[in-house]
Amino acid sequence: MNIKQLAEKIGNNSWFAPGHRLCAGCNAGIIAKFVLNFAQFKGYKVITVLATGCLEVATTIFPYTSWKTAYMHNAFENAAATASGIGAALKSLKKKGLLKEDYKIVVFGGDGGTYDIGLQSLSGALERKHEFVYICYDNEAYMNTGIQRSSATPMLASTTTTPSGKVSKGKQQPRKDLIAIAAAHDVYAAQTSVSHLQDFWKKLEKAFNDQPAVLNVLSPCTRGWYFPPDQGIKIAKLAVETNYWPLYEVDHGRWILNYEPKQRKPIIEWLKTQGRFKHLLQPTQENEKLIAQLQEMVDKRFEYIKKLARATSE
Amino acid sequence: MKHEKPLPATGALAAATAMKQAKPDVVAAYPITPQTPIIEAFSKFVANGDVNTELILVESEHSAMSACVGASATGARVMTATAANGLALMSEIVFIAASLRLPIVMNIASRALSGPINIHCDHSDVMLVRDSGWIQVFVENPQEVYDYNLIALKIAENMKIPAMVIQDGFITSHCLEPVRFLPQQVVDNFLGVYNPGNHSLLNPITFGPLDLYDYYFEHKRQQLQALEDSKQVIKQVLKEYNNLAGTNYNIFETYKLEDAELGVVVAGSTAGTLKHVVNVLRDKGVKAGLLKLGFFRPFFQEELKQALKHLKAIAILDRSASFGAFGSAFYNEIKSALYDLPGEKPKVLGYIYGLGGRDFLIQHGFEIFNELQKIATGAEPVFRVRCIGVREG
Amino acid sequence: MQIKPGLPWKELPLGGVIDVPGSSVEFHTGDWRSSRPVIDLNKCTGCMLCWLNCPDNAIKIKNGKVEIDYDHCKGCGLCASVCPVKAISMRREALEEEERHGSKHKP
Repeated sequence: MNIKQLAEKIGNNSWFAPGHRLCAGCNAGIIAKFVLNFAQFKGYKVITVLATGCLEVATTIFPYTSWKTAYMHNAFENAAATASGIGAALKSLKKKGLLKEDYKIVVFGGDGGTYDIGLQSLSGALERKHEFVYICYDNEAYMNTGIQRSSATPMLASTTTTPSGKVSKGKQQPRKDLIAIAAAHDVYAAQTSVSHLQDFWKKLEKAFNDQPAVLNVLSPCTRGWYFPPDQGIKIAKLAVETNYWPLYEVDHGRWILNYEPKQRKPIIEWLKTQGRFKHLLQPTQENEKLIAQLQEMVDKRFEYIKKLARATSE
Repeated sequence: MKHEKPLPATGALAAATAMKQAKPDVVAAYPITPQTPIIEAFSKFVANGDVNTELILVESEHSAMSACVGASATGARVMTATAANGLALMSEIVFIAASLRLPIVMNIASRALSGPINIHCDHSDVMLVRDSGWIQVFVENPQEVYDYNLIALKIAENMKIPAMVIQDGFITSHCLEPVRFLPQQVVDNFLGVYNPGNHSLLNPITFGPLDLYDYYFEHKRQQLQALEDSKQVIKQVLKEYNNLAGTNYNIFETYKLEDAELGVVVAGSTAGTLKHVVNVLRDKGVKAGLLKLGFFRPFFQEELKQALKHLKAIAILDRSASFGAFGSAFYNEIKSALYDLPGEKPKVLGYIYGLGGRDFLIQHGFEIFNELQKIATGAEPVFRVRCIGVREG
Repeated sequence: MQIKPGLPWKELPLGGVIDVPGSSVEFHTGDWRSSRPVIDLNKCTGCMLCWLNCPDNAIKIKNGKVEIDYDHCKGCGLCASVCPVKAISMRREALEEEERHGSKHKP
């Protein structure tokens, strides 16, 4: 990606219009705009499909829409199935000569709409090999309904349904591995971060040329993670530098690690940036143990990806 | 227009054949008893190249209706089929399809809702979504299944309102009868090609925005009007189809009702049984008649009122239970329609029958007319609504 | 169809669709702001990182450099945080207000 070329081409006419009502500093807005900019830069015609969630409600409050592409929101759990129908309709209309242009279908879902309630729909659509690029903007909880735990919420994070209390230290279970699930459908699946737009761009290139594809994008949430609104990108970057959020891809069974920090930072540095982990920061023996456990999980997981990358390399 | 030679077909095959002839762009469906033979027969048409539809064999009914909504919003002709728990699972999206004004046609082989789980006919599944904004038409036999698929599709696409064609699970869906199909050319001319106008994702429009207290009510008001306006279109399309196919369809069917004193109102295959009962009673000099409901949504209250007003006593039969309510849906709505009649109104009894596939027998028909006879001649009713065909102990 | 507030149901598009692409530009979110980004054009190199990272699409390009669309900028400060040459500073709206009105008035 050459930013200046991109800026020259898009100018002030991005397909993602201002005036939406995402929170100040919301990273989902950056992700949506970036993906549309990519498609616009490539000259694609796009139909955007959204699962119910922050990005959906904040960008389409009647009579205002922030989308200049064709846009479809159906419900929470069925974005991929909806995209299946759109793709099939386009195919049929083309066969009949009623449609000339090629369209690309881009789906956006949050982690709730992707990891949890929409997982069946996504799995079905991936198995049937409908063509679309699925972007999960992963802010690690149900933010639209007010920060409830999802299966993407990291262990020990405090949410409104896993609050830290006298006997609980936040969510008790580790997060779900979405990429491995998507990859099990023999598709292109990759993880990237809003802080690494060059990496994101490369993955979009691959995804648009190899559909269906799933990209999981870390999207820090100022309200849900409790940090000042100007810190999102820094926190996302730190997630990559601590190996909490590895940048990797699975290309039809071949695992590729895209980035390894020279010196990975300790996980505590990342935890310190967010209020949802505040309860872990008092220097007690228990907290030290919990943080050590988290550190071990992060390191193990990173080693696991490296092992798979070695094992599946050509 | 003459029909081709009648061919033996089940309700399921009749539905699949109508779907084939309608040439939908997209069909998305999921198997469920007793709907499955519809989608099996249609899959075979696709496999043999008899129809060029994009068939999406989804992983759930929820995804079936979701894919239908996506496809229809893209401006495609879309059809599907389901039953019972499948309809319940997709019901969230059934409402959304109607609110987005997407003219999907769905065949229902109606079946009891769980629980306990049961695979046989009753109308509890379609009653669940009776207020979803879809057109609902009940049919009696495979011939009607075929004809009403074409009729419903034309109405739906004209009004941009989805429609369900409801046949009785197993009783109609699996029963073989002679069906006269129309030549393909005639169907093509009748249906034409779906033209969504600007109402399609091929334009840069936003479908399905967040609609709050400042606009939601206005959008619902539009939907209310659309169903009301569909009544005229339904009448027009029925007329057109009757001219074309030599049929004699109406918004509902009346059978020996004009000079009747006692009448039954029923929907679906049970109408056949009750027509026989009416014939036997007529031979005995009893002035019995029948009204078979066709369209339940929209609800033709004025026409129903006019058709029933001269009766002394009416039995309204529901193949569904509305737990905790005063009778079931047909009873409630038709009785309400009669409330506006001036002067002496017909006396009305409600019957719940046939739940979970329980047979409705000829003797039940006689029992009902017998009870109507009593209240018609001045006896106080001993009940307003009761179950018939159940073991009461 | 541009939708004016208070339209009756008959005049709304079918099925709740919005048929004006990008109509949210009419909705001004600038009054959410408590701090405003101010660009020092002498420092700005035109790298476009702020343009790329603005979630509100409130940074416009003008003559190879950038300017803030204050009608929509919510004042999150992400632009300042990604600027590699620190050409963007965040100023409290209350201070701006004071300077503009020359009073101690705080909104």
